Amino acid sequence: MEILGFLINGTLVFATALIFAALGGLIAERSGVINLGLEGFMVSGAFSSAVTAYYAEQAGLGAAAPWLGCLAALVFTVIFSGIHVIASVRFKANQVISGIVVNMLAASSTFFMVKLLFDGAADTPVITNVFHRIHIPWLSDIPFLGKALFQTYPTTYIAFILVIIVYYVMFKTPLGLRMRAVGEHPGAADTAGVNVNRLRAWSVMVGGSIAALGGATIALTANSSFAFNTISGQGYIALAAVIFGRWHPVGAMGAALFFGFAQALKDQVQLYEFARAIPTEVFYMLPYVLTLIALIFTVGKGSSPAALGQPYEPGKR
Amino acid sequence: MHNGEIVLELKGITKRFPGIVANDQISLQLRKGEIHALLGENGAGKSTLMNIVFGLYQPDEGIIELNGQPIVMDGPNKAIECGIGMVHQHFKLVPPFTVTENIILGMEPKRGFGTDLKGAASRIAELSKQYGLNVNPEAKIESISIGMQQRVEIMKTLYRGAEIIIFDEPTAVLTPQEITELLQIMKRLVDEGKSILLITHKLKEIMDVADRCTIIRRGKMIETVTVADTNQETLAEKMVGHRVQFKTDKRPANPQDSLLDIANLVVTAENGQRAVDGISLSIRAGEVVGIAGVDGNGQTELIEAITGMRPIESGTIRLEGRDVKHGSPRTASEAGISYIPQDRHKHGLVLDFDVSENAVLKSYYEERFNHKGLLDRQAIEEVAERHVEQFDIRTPGIHTPVRSMSGGNQQKLIIAREIAKEPKLLIAAQPTRGLDVGAIEFVHKQLIAERDKGKAVLLVSFELDEIINVSDRILVMFNGRFVGETTPETTSDQELGLLMAGKHQGGDRG
Ligand SMILES: Nc1ncnc2c1ncn2[C@@H]1O[C@H](COP(=O)(O)OP(=O)(O)OP(=O)(O)O)[C@@H](O)[C@H]1O
Ligand SMILES: [Mg+2]
Repeated sequence: MEILGFLINGTLVFATALIFAALGGLIAERSGVINLGLEGFMVSGAFSSAVTAYYAEQAGLGAAAPWLGCLAALVFTVIFSGIHVIASVRFKANQVISGIVVNMLAASSTFFMVKLLFDGAADTPVITNVFHRIHIPWLSDIPFLGKALFQTYPTTYIAFILVIIVYYVMFKTPLGLRMRAVGEHPGAADTAGVNVNRLRAWSVMVGGSIAALGGATIALTANSSFAFNTISGQGYIALAAVIFGRWHPVGAMGAALFFGFAQALKDQVQLYEFARAIPTEVFYMLPYVLTLIALIFTVGKGSSPAALGQPYEPGKR
Repeated sequence: MHNGEIVLELKGITKRFPGIVANDQISLQLRKGEIHALLGENGAGKSTLMNIVFGLYQPDEGIIELNGQPIVMDGPNKAIECGIGMVHQHFKLVPPFTVTENIILGMEPKRGFGTDLKGAASRIAELSKQYGLNVNPEAKIESISIGMQQRVEIMKTLYRGAEIIIFDEPTAVLTPQEITELLQIMKRLVDEGKSILLITHKLKEIMDVADRCTIIRRGKMIETVTVADTNQETLAEKMVGHRVQFKTDKRPANPQDSLLDIANLVVTAENGQRAVDGISLSIRAGEVVGIAGVDGNGQTELIEAITGMRPIESGTIRLEGRDVKHGSPRTASEAGISYIPQDRHKHGLVLDFDVSENAVLKSYYEERFNHKGLLDRQAIEEVAERHVEQFDIRTPGIHTPVRSMSGGNQQKLIIAREIAKEPKLLIAAQPTRGLDVGAIEFVHKQLIAERDKGKAVLLVSFELDEIINVSDRILVMFNGRFVGETTPETTSDQELGLLMAGKHQGGDRG
């Protein structure tokens, strides 16, 4: 029972970043833009939030530091999502390649900036004012469930609230209708008076900033710092969650929880005696292997937005 | 009706594309409450002109006047604002969305932060009733018929308050029944005070519903005639510049040995149902066999099985006695089967390739087009030039991407390619969809010429005129089976119509 509680709690914590990133990816992809740049957006978010939180802490802002970090992640990542927009929406470049370029650019430039800012160090100094687990009064006292569900980081709660918001906007509002239309059949949206490329640009940028929050939560909870390997492929796992969740916010959340579970499992299993014999690297592979397996079983592309990956050309007949 | 005030006037519209003047000083007046037809050959520039009116293209010269006021149509938004709606040739609908969602897209009514779907649905039901459109607001687009989808397009324009509605070849994709209904709807629309611009190649439709007709030839306006004062022959002659024969001359067939033999063929469709349900069929060299039927009764699957595009469940397909089942399109093609596909964009052409590349799509790998492992451009270009000349394909050149060519000329290119292969069996599915009367005459002549050269020809068409005109033998397909066989001399539209609706010959199946 105790162990199960830890496992559930660990799942929530690990899933948080994935949920943010998956939601961000989903917003862009629903509007028809492939978002391989998720990894880069997360790196950018982790970097900018860690650096900002560190300096805020130095300036004596204390508990406000991580929140300022998140804000910085939202704003700073527009540089990278903007590059993706300019290349793939404005100039109709290949969206996959543009995303990969964004990832490489984010990885190398943040690494460089960390060196520049911190006298050649490979990572930022450790930040003490990070997010801490909050115990929700009453609820956290419930036996078992309380520990499992209601003693976790504020960002985790925000992630789940965001799932509801994204769901509502996507399926219940005019904006969501237009976004989905642009991703399914841009020609239809255009002739109905929707500005296809503008909407796609906004979707990529808003999505990019939300994904950046995912990076920020990693830097400002588990890690308390930023290094080149802070994200290490989580962006790609989030993208897998988008696909596994069939481009639906609730589905993506479910997939993110599944992958989060895989990571929590990795930590839990290592505590056991029998696991000592197995190299730790094997456990680190676990989430990625499960991701692959999950993707193999989600074949059938029925639910991907029909115009995903296709730049919109109005004159095309 | 003929004296309604002028709601839309085009003055000296000119539009140039690289290598071609699509519209050359075209002028046209649309009156309130009239149906104004636009008639012209494939590539004459009709769609271009209408796209200019709807703001999708900008004219190089000329003025558009709306109710006497000059206006710059700088985008579809502006056109919608001006009360102009367009029903496009290829529908602009989002398949997984509902009818309501498609109609309100871009003009969504709000309630709080959310979309007022309920309010919208009731407004749509109201409009639907007013114009007799009969659409279900809750249905998903992907689950309704083409005819219904078209009505949704009409609803879209009405919902946006259109006073002028442009239809670009609306009947090309419809069944005869749906066409009749659409023409009714159009009449209803003008009765309610709307004005309609209608592009169609079907002279009968113009005679039936249009008040006036403007004829365009090679980008130039020829004249505007009052439909009541003219007839089909005159219209056709004005359009192509010479007399047109509506009925293709053909000598009696001289069938030889049986060439294609199909026995007990069963083919399943995507949904797992038996689309072709135990069919047997033989076609002899030197005859045209026409398969009539309403779309979706297994014709597509039958053809796809013969051409190796779809696996077969059971049964045999033999060409000159040799089994061709379990083949691929390549083996079918090499066995001597040529195919003019129903959907030329999906199965006939690579739209972003140019004319010459499309001309050798099925033969590029042959020795004559290869030179030491590289494509022999010169040989390919020679073939393409020959096609363009022999089949009168109107294109700025053989290096023009086929995407920019008009539908009729794309079709001619496919036909040229398929006939040049010297096939034993030529399969033509809806070969004249979207073609002008001149081009139709041309295609029909080609099919009959192939027959006279001793080829077997299989024609699938939803158009009775075409079936009766070209075939030597007619089979009617219904629900995956042949429900009747007849000849053009002994049958009538009525008989075929009944058979197509599943009324069995002899009447025992009711
Ligand atoms: N976007 C474009 N780029 C280049 N050329 C074009 C473009 N659109 C049309 N054209 C050319 O302009 C000419 C007129 O084309 P248009 O589509 O208006 O013909 P149409 O009268 O509608 O023919 P159809 O009956 O076959 O539909 C054609 O020669 C076509 O190749
Ligand atoms: Mg046209």
